[in-house]
Order: sequence, then structure tokens, then C-alpha cells
Amino acid sequence: MRLKTTLVAAAAAAAFSVGAHGATLDDVKAKGFIQCGVSTGLAGFAFTDSDGNWDGFDVVFCRATAAAVFGDPNAIKFTPTTGKTRFTALASGEIDVLYRNTTWTLSRDVDLKFSFLGVNYYDGQGFMIRKDMGVMSASELDGATVCIQTGTTTELNLADFFRANNMSYEPVPIETNAEAQQKYLANACDVYTTDASGLAATRATFEDPDNHIILPEIISKEPLGPLVRHGDNAWGDIVRWVLNALIIAEEKGITAANVDSMASADTKDPEIKRLLGVEGNYGEMLGLSADWAVHAIKTGGNYGEIFEKHIGENTAIGLARGLNQLWTKGGILYAPPFR
Amino acid sequence: MAGEKPVAFVAERQIPPSPPPVRTGGALGWARDNLFSGVFNTVATLLSLAFVAYILAMVVPWLFLDSVWNASSLQGCREVDDGACLAVINERFLQFVFGFYPEELRWRPILAFVLLFVAIWPALFSSAPRKLLIFSALYPLLAYWLIWGGSFWGPVGAVVGIAIGWACIRFLPPLVRGRLDEGLAFLAAVGAGILATALWWLFGVTAFDGALSSVVAIGLEPVESARLGGFLLSTIIGVSGIAGSLPIGIVLALGRRSHLILIKAVCVGFIEFIRGVPLITLLFVAWLLLSYFLPPGTEFDLILRVVIMVTAFASAYMAEVIRGGLAALPAGQYEAADSLGLDYWKSMRLIILPQALKISIPGIVNTFIGLFKDTTLVIIIGLLDPVGLLQPIRADQNWNGIVWELYGFIALFFFIFCFAMSRYSMYLERNLDVGHR
Repeated sequence: MRLKTTLVAAAAAAAFSVGAHGATLDDVKAKGFIQCGVSTGLAGFAFTDSDGNWDGFDVVFCRATAAAVFGDPNAIKFTPTTGKTRFTALASGEIDVLYRNTTWTLSRDVDLKFSFLGVNYYDGQGFMIRKDMGVMSASELDGATVCIQTGTTTELNLADFFRANNMSYEPVPIETNAEAQQKYLANACDVYTTDASGLAATRATFEDPDNHIILPEIISKEPLGPLVRHGDNAWGDIVRWVLNALIIAEEKGITAANVDSMASADTKDPEIKRLLGVEGNYGEMLGLSADWAVHAIKTGGNYGEIFEKHIGENTAIGLARGLNQLWTKGGILYAPPFR
Repeated sequence: MAGEKPVAFVAERQIPPSPPPVRTGGALGWARDNLFSGVFNTVATLLSLAFVAYILAMVVPWLFLDSVWNASSLQGCREVDDGACLAVINERFLQFVFGFYPEELRWRPILAFVLLFVAIWPALFSSAPRKLLIFSALYPLLAYWLIWGGSFWGPVGAVVGIAIGWACIRFLPPLVRGRLDEGLAFLAAVGAGILATALWWLFGVTAFDGALSSVVAIGLEPVESARLGGFLLSTIIGVSGIAGSLPIGIVLALGRRSHLILIKAVCVGFIEFIRGVPLITLLFVAWLLLSYFLPPGTEFDLILRVVIMVTAFASAYMAEVIRGGLAALPAGQYEAADSLGLDYWKSMRLIILPQALKISIPGIVNTFIGLFKDTTLVIIIGLLDPVGLLQPIRADQNWNGIVWELYGFIALFFFIFCFAMSRYSMYLERNLDVGHR
């Protein structure tokens, strides 16, 4: 723990000095690719395919950013980062943007001097338990043994939740999700707790997923999104608006398949025209070409398409849209107007 | 005398040897002696056999009879059979071996690996032609060039740097002979040599490379470090660490026993500092602190940094192992070397070190094996060695949930390497045993 504290402190101290160099956008354009920090592996969010290419929910957003800047989704290099190295990798300038399931918190934003640019997945901490335990609600978990990843925000949330509800629990500390799966399946703990998306992904791998349930209670807010260094405003704007553009594309029904015809045909909707660069000079304002959003959408489709392909209900992960549904459809996904 | 009856109690001929009783010879006898020589041993044997049978009954069907080699996902495996899902190894084998190394260039690491055996042959077996040692000395640069690519003149420039340093040490002292104390002149020459080499490496190599490349451009397509991974990465770190730590360890061990206070202090300081710090911390230093302290834009390869740190770490342990060997030699050996009129280096090279190293072989190989296994720690700084590759592979929806097959495969790889080293050390001990017992 002390090592981690020291490292984070060092990251914070150095963030300012490195951030002052600024102008990541110029660097990125000069070198011709984006260096994107991703997870070393998280089901559905970041993984390598059999050809060694990175793919996944977070990865596609990064590629879309590269497509917006360079017109080429492959103008990108990935740096796999662990929970311990991610912030220092960003602060030291080794990566240009971090797209790694990182929860937006005050201290990370302010103390570590990073700018969070939006939310690409609203997560929350949940509990998974064997069905035959007969527990239907998290409020019945008094005295349970709980598998918990150490050094994460989930550990703190767990303690808060049990204290607030006057319950006791026995933690079984573990390091990685893989270890947790084994411990949980070996009955070393009654309950496994982590982000609900992770629980769903974990449960999907069991031989008997139907014998395990994810309790309805979500005990924390975990907005996951991209971040850049403080003071990187021009570059941060691009990352933010690529994310927004993909969300607006879903709102407006622009998909990877129809984006070309939308951009050329005489669409009535002025926001689509602005988004796809038919009207106005929004690309120029960002320092990009007029059709930047077209390239970004072509990469992996709009937000909904990316979601369905990598973590949606038809995948092995099988996550429902839930909070991540558009605001017009009952979720809280809401991009500012494109004008 | 013909027809005389033989005396009944004298044997006429030798009785032919007969096989030992069944109960004491052959497999049965061996088993009686070793496995069933008492109540306790019999019970222990039976229990062990039952245990082995129990394990085999679980593993054999799982690994051989019910295993699935061809499927595109874990679900696919489970539909076919309920044994090991080895399809994941089948699909990701090349990724485990090469990481993300470009497919069309994979002959380069393969060639480097084959040449590695040529290079270590003369070091391992005394029957090999001695001239191959020249190749062994040049091999690290050749392997570097093959794996990372780039201009051929870069590694050549590095060799030139070493040559410059050697020339300084060799030719400077005679120039100042008579004007300076001999030891002082030697020290000054060593300092000048190191300085000249460092300066050449820092400033000269690039110019040298550029100049020669403009005349004859020989080069391989460069491959960046981020693309290295899997067993290739473990082998690079492990082999460089092993090759570097032995000579550095010897120098440190000699330095620690030196009578020159400055040299001794430097060596003791280095050894104690490195041994006092966990390897993980050193890796973090290599990864994190250096990226802060080096000026922005410095191209100092991460894998190179890790190799340096791992080598430094192993050297400190190696130095102590070898110091143990040096301390085990009777003082008479040192005195005998002195009485022959040998100078320090000759007495070390011809008398002390051959004996000390022989004593230290088990410890040295122990350190090697430990170092090789420690290479998996690079996972915490985000390098994708085999264990690191597990995560992105298991994060693939198709293979999420696979555990035993992948870990078992990696364990097999490490076992092969470590067991080979261990067997070699036993061979070496037997070969060098000149019968002190």
C-alpha cells in the first residue's frame, strides 16, 4: 500500500510538470498515431484476438478517436496498463489518453490532475451469490464472507455499505478477477463483489451460470470514462467530442452502414448535417477535418452498435443497456448538443 | 589312474553362478528393499501409490482422453467434450511464443533463438571449437539486431565503442610510462576508456550509423518493443540477465574481497543496496522513475531498461554466491598462487576462480533458475510475458473462464527451461569432479 501511495504521489507531482508541456494534440499529429492506454485484459472491454490485435468496448472508442484525427482507425498504438501503472503512464506522458474502465472520482480528477472527458459506461458495484443460499437481497448478507479485490474503490464501497446497514462481513482479499472466480467457485467465499459488468462477465464463464444470481442492489456509482492530463484542453476536447459524436449518432440513427449515405444525401436534420460535416465548420474548430465524425462512426458504428457487439445481451458478457441506454429511452446517456 | 573314482567331497569343477534368489534380485528385490522394507515404509508406499493413481485418474482423462483441440470458443469446447479445452492453446500458440511480433518477420526471432544455441555451445561444452567464442561474444548484438531490426550499423557502432574503450586501456598506459605510477596510469586508462566508450555511444554511434547508412544501407525492418511478448520476451530478459549476471557477479565478488578500499566500498554498496530492495521495486524504477527523469523524447527502450535492472539484481546475488565459493578455498591455494609469482589477474584466472566457480555451481544455477522465473514479474509494469498474456486472452469472450489449461501450458514451458538448466548443472558437476572426496 505504501508503494502505491508513493507512486500516486509521484504521479501527482509529475503530472503538473509534464502537463505543462501541453500540446499533446501537436505531438500526436507530429508522430502520426495515438498512444492509447487500455486494460491488460478485461472481458468485453479490452482483449486481444487471435491475430494479436486489440479489440473490445474501450478499445473501439480509442480507435474511433484515431479515426477522427487521422482518418484511420489503425493509426494507434496500445499500451496495456495495470491498475497500478495506469495513472503514472498517463502522467508521465507515455500514453496520450487512458481508456481503461477508470472510475471518475474527485481525487483522481483534482488531486492526480487528470481531466475526465465523459462517461462511456455507467457501472456500479453489485453482489453475486449462489442461488441455493436463498439470499434475494443484499440487506440479508449479514455475516457473509466476501471475496473482494484489494486496492480498488470497491473495497471501500463494501466497507461503507456494510457499516451503513449495521451488518458485519468477513473479507477474503484477492488480487485479480481470475483469482476471484476460482475462490468463489471453490466456496472460499459466499459472495463475490465487484462492478456489475464484471460480475456479469464472470458469471457468463461458469459452467452453470443459472445457479448464480446477481443481487438487485447496486451499492456504488462507477462512471467509467476516458481521461487525459490536466491542461490538455485542445486534445481533451477531441476525445470528449468523439465520444459525444458516437452517442449523438445513436440518437440520430446514424450507423456504420448508413453513415456515408447520410453524409451525402440531403438529410433534413440540421444536427446530422453539422455532425457529419456537411454544414458548418465544426471539424475546423476542433482542428480536425470536416468529416472527422464520419470516420469515427465508421470505425465500429455508433455507441449502441459498439455496446451490442462487445458487451450487449447477445454476447457472452450479456449486459443489458440499463443506465447506459439513451436518455430518450430511459437511460442516462445524454450528450450535449452538437452546435 | 584311469577308472579311479573321484573323491566324493572334492568338487571337480567350479559351480556355475546361479541367479540370486528372486526375493533379493531384480525388480521384486528392488521393490522389497526400497518400497516395502518395513511396516511404515509399506504403508507409506501404498498411500503414495493410491495418491498418484488418484491424481492420474483425474488428470489423464481430462488432459488426453476428453480434451478438445479444435473449437473456436470455450462454449464450443464444452459442447464437444468435458475435458481440457486445449483449443485455446491451439489458437493462441503463436501469440504465446511471439507476443505481437509481426507475422511475416517471425523468422528473425526464430533465427536468433537457433543462433543462441550456437553461441552458448562453446560456453557450455568444452568439446566445442574454441573459435566459436568469438561468435558468442558478438551474439548479443546480432540477436539485438535480428529481434529489434533497424540499421545494421547501429550494433556495429556499439562494437566500435567497445573497441575504442579497449584501445584506451591497452595503449594509453605505455604512452605515460615513467611519468606516472603504473597502477595510477592503469586506473586513469580504465577511466578514460569507459568515458570514451560512453561518449561514443552517446554521440558517436548515431553519426557513425548515419554516415555508413548513407554509403551502404543495410537494415531490417524495425520492430518496436511494444510488439514483443510471450515466451520471446521471457527468453530475452532471462537469457540476457543470465549472460550478464555471471561476469558482473564475478567482478563484484572479487571487488568485495579487494584490499583497495574504494573498489571494495563500491562493490559492497552496490550488492547491499540491490539485495536490500525487492525486484518489483527495481522494475518500477525502470519503468516509472526513468520515464520521469529522462528528458522527454529520450528513446530508452523499456525492455532494455528492464533487462538492465534484472541483470543488476541477479548480479548482486551472483556476487554473493561466488564469494561463498571464494571463501571456501583454503588459504593455501592463494598462497600457492602467490608463491608461483603470478600476478593478481593470473592467479585468479588460473588457480582461484576455476576452483571457486566449481564449488559455486549449484548456487549459480540456483540463481539462474530463480532469475528466469522472476521474469514473470514484468507483468506488473504492463509487459505481456506469457503470464501477462493470459489476461487479454482470457478477456476474449471466446475464452473467458479458461484457467487450468493456460496456466498449465505456461508452467510446462518454465519447467522445461528450468529443468534443462538443472540437469546441465548436474552434468557440469559430474564432469568437473576431480575427486576431492
